[in-house]
Amino acid sequence: MTDAETKALQAKEKAEVTTATEQTRPGPIFTPAVDIFETEEGLTLLADMPGVKAKDLNIDLREGTLTLTGEAQSPEGSKETEVFREYKTGKYFREFTVSEKIDQAKIEAELQDGVLRLTLPKAETAKPRKITVKTS
Amino acid sequence: MLLRRLTGWPAWDWRSPFEELEQMRRQIDRVFGDLSGRVFRAPIAGVFPLTNVTEDSDNYYIRAELPGIKTDELDLSVTGDSFSISGERKIPVEQENARYHRREREAGKFSRMISLPSPIDPEKVEARCAEGVLTVVLPKSEAAKPKQIAVKGS
Repeated sequence: MTDAETKALQAKEKAEVTTATEQTRPGPIFTPAVDIFETEEGLTLLADMPGVKAKDLNIDLREGTLTLTGEAQSPEGSKETEVFREYKTGKYFREFTVSEKIDQAKIEAELQDGVLRLTLPKAETAKPRKITVKTS
Repeated sequence: MLLRRLTGWPAWDWRSPFEELEQMRRQIDRVFGDLSGRVFRAPIAGVFPLTNVTEDSDNYYIRAELPGIKTDELDLSVTGDSFSISGERKIPVEQENARYHRREREAGKFSRMISLPSPIDPEKVEARCAEGVLTVVLPKSEAAKPKQIAVKGS
């Protein structure tokens, strides 16, 4: 995406998840929008999770399944009454199957301005190696 | 009976016109019922960002989810009873050799104006951004605030 591009942002309603299992605490669950890209070093995931504090964010990678869960607390005070409401606040949930071998010890997560940046470095064995062919 | 069969009128008798009206009223209630009590407004198509507006006796509160937008990329302004927000969401270009598996997050410019139900005091408006959620506190102008009226005893 170049800077010269001046596309107007379109408002999108947050995508709500409908799960088969019911939660004990009712409330909406949303699917965060993500970008995932791969480099030789590893995978990077960026997820929009506005309203989620670092302590309310859970990232779990086990047996090739990456699970993101976060909970956004409503910032509204108890005395406030609605004038109008266009979006809801609630939980975020998303799950991915990661086929690459990930070096669990080097996973890094950073949450800034409501955007999660998760770096999943590939395990040494999974990194592509250049093989130089010797000629005699 | 005979008349109905001959003319092919819809099957209603004396009291049914009212019954149908009643049914219609119930249907309308079902559709609009939510609007009368709790105000969940369907967003105006295409206008970013989606906004929640609340109030208490002193202030209006405007909130919008703007993940990844720095405060200095936002342009907020207020006049008597309207608030406008504009800016641009930038998604930095990652490394050259990055291969995208998914690309759902969008970049672009936005601009929106919100009219408030009553005038505000533009001098005292405060805005803050936390975890990608913008909160703007707009104090109601003195004239628009509800006043406590003391009842005098004789």
